[in-house]
Amino acid sequence: MSGPRRPTDPPGLERYYVLTGGRSGPGGSASTLDVATLIISRAAAEPGLQHEHEEILRRCRDPLSVAELGAHLGLPFNILAVLLADLLDAGRVEARDPIPASGAGRGPDLALLEEVLSGLQRL
Amino acid sequence: MDFKGFDHPDRQTAGGGTRSVKVMIAGGFGTGKTTLVRSVSDIKPLTTEETLTQASVDVDDLIGVADKQQTTVSLDFGKIGINEELVLYLFGTPGQERFWFLWNGLFKGALGAVVLVDTRRLASSFRAIEEMERQDVPFVIALNVFPDSQDHPVEEIRDALDIPEHTPVVTCDARDRNSSRDVLIALIRHLKARSAVALEPR
Repeated sequence: MSGPRRPTDPPGLERYYVLTGGRSGPGGSASTLDVATLIISRAAAEPGLQHEHEEILRRCRDPLSVAELGAHLGLPFNILAVLLADLLDAGRVEARDPIPASGAGRGPDLALLEEVLSGLQRL
Repeated sequence: MDFKGFDHPDRQTAGGGTRSVKVMIAGGFGTGKTTLVRSVSDIKPLTTEETLTQASVDVDDLIGVADKQQTTVSLDFGKIGINEELVLYLFGTPGQERFWFLWNGLFKGALGAVVLVDTRRLASSFRAIEEMERQDVPFVIALNVFPDSQDHPVEEIRDALDIPEHTPVVTCDARDRNSSRDVLIALIRHLKARSAVALEPR
C-alpha cells in the first residue's frame, strides 16, 4: 500500500529530520551501501515499527535495489541509507552489494561476464 | 529468525540467491543517456535522488529552514533481468559531473561504463571520458547517431577524443532497443577481453 502521504508529514528537510531522528548520514553497516545494493527482508513487519521501516520490510520481501526503494518511497539516498542502517543493525534486512567485475585478490570474474553476456544476447 | 507471515512460505529464505551487477551510462548533457536506459530497460526508468543542503544544519536551527537552498541531483536508472538470479542495473549519471561524489562511490563496484557521445558536440563528453580514466573504470565509447549527425569515420572521432587503441568505439541509436543492447554487449566483450589479458601468465 503506497497510500497518500499522511497530512501531518512535514515537508522537505523537516520531514527528513523527523524520519532519521536528526542523523545526517549512515554509519557502520550502511556506509558501504550502493545504489545497486539489493535489500532483502529478513523479518516480518511488526506493530510499533516506524512507518518507513515497515514499508521497507514490506517492499523487500523480494530483493529490491536501494535505488528502487528510494524511487518508490520518494526518499533521497542519504536519508534512506540512515533508515536502512537501523534495519541492518537490527538484523531485519540483509544487504547484498553488487558483484564487482573483479574481486579483491581473486582477479577478473570471467564466469560472471559470460553470464551477463549470454543474458544480454537473449534480449 | 521468524519468517511467519511471509508470502513465500515455500522458500527457505526470501530472495533466493539473487545478486546484482551495475553498469554506468555516462556522457555529456543531452547525449542520450536516459534514452538508452529507457530503450533497453525491462522496467520504466525510475529516478533516485540525492539532496544537497547547505553545510550541516544545526538541530536548533532546523525549524524554519525548510526553504533553505536545496539542490536535488537525480540519477535515472533501469534494470535488465539477466537470468533468475542476476539483475543488471543501468545508471545514467547526472549531467553535472561535479555531483558524482554524492552517491557512495558511484562508479565503485560497476562492471564498467558506456560513455555516450554526440558527434555534433564532441566536447560535451570530454569530462565524462576524463572521469572514467581518472577513476580507472573500463569503458566503451558509443557514438549516438542523431538524425542530423554527419557521417564521421569512427577513427576520426577516436583521434579527436584521444581514445586509446584498446578502447572500443561503436555507433548506436540510443532510441533503439537492439542497438542499445549491442552497446552493452560491446562493453561486456571489452571487459572479457581485458580480463583475458589480465589472466595471462606473465
